[in-house]
Amino acid sequence: TMSAGSGNKNTEPWGSFDDNLIQGSGSAVIDMENMDDTSGSSFEDMGELHQRMKEEEEVTEEAAATEDHEDGEFLGMKGLKGQLGRQVADEVWQAGKRQASRAFNLYANIDILRPYFDVEPVQVRSRLMESMIPVRMINFPQKIAGELYGPLMLVFTLVAILLHGMKTSDTIIREGTLMGTAIGTCFGYWLGVSSFIYFLAYLVNAQITMLQMLSLLGYGLFGHCVVLLVSYNIHFHFLFYVLWLLCGGLSTLRMVAALLSRTVGQTPRLLLCGTLSVLHMLFLLYLHFAYHKIVEGLLDSLEGPNMVPMQRVARDVPELTINATVRSLVPLLRAH
Amino acid sequence: QASADANRPFAGLSDVSISEDIPVEGDISVPVGPSARRDDEFSTLDEPVKETVLRDLRAVGKKFVHVLYPKRSTALLRDWDLWGPLLLCVTLALLLQGGAADSDYQGGPQFAEVFVIVWFGSIIITINSKLLGGTISFFQSLCVLGYCILPLTVAMAVCRIVLVAGSGSVSFAVRLVVVTASFGWSTFASTAFLADSQPANRKALVVYPVFLFYFVIGWMVLTFSPSQ
Repeated sequence: TMSAGSGNKNTEPWGSFDDNLIQGSGSAVIDMENMDDTSGSSFEDMGELHQRMKEEEEVTEEAAATEDHEDGEFLGMKGLKGQLGRQVADEVWQAGKRQASRAFNLYANIDILRPYFDVEPVQVRSRLMESMIPVRMINFPQKIAGELYGPLMLVFTLVAILLHGMKTSDTIIREGTLMGTAIGTCFGYWLGVSSFIYFLAYLVNAQITMLQMLSLLGYGLFGHCVVLLVSYNIHFHFLFYVLWLLCGGLSTLRMVAALLSRTVGQTPRLLLCGTLSVLHMLFLLYLHFAYHKIVEGLLDSLEGPNMVPMQRVARDVPELTINATVRSLVPLLRAH
Repeated sequence: QASADANRPFAGLSDVSISEDIPVEGDISVPVGPSARRDDEFSTLDEPVKETVLRDLRAVGKKFVHVLYPKRSTALLRDWDLWGPLLLCVTLALLLQGGAADSDYQGGPQFAEVFVIVWFGSIIITINSKLLGGTISFFQSLCVLGYCILPLTVAMAVCRIVLVAGSGSVSFAVRLVVVTASFGWSTFASTAFLADSQPANRKALVVYPVFLFYFVIGWMVLTFSPSQ
């Protein structure tokens, strides 16, 4: 619960630094001092109580300090300057500390994220299903749920599926580098592309918030998860292409329709939706070939003279897989 | 007189007034003598080191038993400690050493990767369960998740023994069965402790990340293959 600022703590005649500070105290952070607290709501109260007690303590200290300093002013000019300097320094320190602790409570507060995780399992399930069903209505802004639980879990699931893909391609690869690469790729895509599309949407004045964009793209990864799960287990190129078009296409269409409904004008719509579709479909293609073809790339390279360390292969993935991909695609094209 | 003053170090503060109108009254001095005597009774500073270590080990062992036979008890939650998870994490990381083809860079990063994954994974799951409205505290949740890695550590030890025998498809099948069983055991054990702290309809939302977490650790265990 938020309480209003507890009045003016102005104890100085010349006006302290409190005037522009954020009023009101936030509720609790993960308060490490309440370690054994097992009830959910009381830690917020404890945090607020703690903060209020700390601030009262500071006021008491300040008052005690100012009283001491005011007594010392009558000691003469030298005493006056020394006391005044100390007083100012003390006040600056107190104000800075108070400001820092308020800022910390505001920004490091996990309660900021709490409303975005307020979902029921049925809601998550229905949103997952809906992410594959494009909605035709583009004349009126479509409703986009602003939650972060589903997207976050989908990103982690994608990471797990990528790792599983490593296992089923049956290669002995150092887990470290690829784990980092998998996590970096998935989170980088989700956060980076969301930010980029949000930036474009901001430029063309589309009606979408950052949270909605994160949520939309996150749920769009559901199609990717399904396709990769199937194609990492059934190594059939044709099946992958069909699924790429089908599931990838459906989830892209859903996102595109949602964006279209919130954008006005032909060119902005083309720009926004074109960029999103291209990035989304290419990402699925990249995930399949980069992490699947690494097997063939490795096997090919082990014949050659120079490619001994596994970690170099993992890091040089783009060059290697392009070669491997081209080599494998050429007979495929020839066959068709 | 002097000793009385020494015993009441904050006596001078009892006549501080915060505002001119309301003088603060009362005695806020803390008598130092009796509390020191009380502390001595519960102080464990003077006992022999062996006793301290054994007491902690016994507590850790008791919690291991609770994990192996998970039933709805609050022992793991009430006296949480992080010794057990640390021991298990270090054991798992050590057992995962010496794997894969290259021996040049194998030592450092793998140990660190296991640590990072276990602890950051636990932190993320804890934050997630708190955001979903859980009543369990931060360290209690870390404690539970850490202790429930025990079945997977046992599976890792078994896998290493099996790999000594050979690394063909039979051994792979055996390892797969062992790892899957222990992964299921870990997930089940941790949900027995964690799910109680959640509102009834959101248990599935908390169980899923735990499932993913142990899946990733199980994947690391399963794909381990020793250097030739």
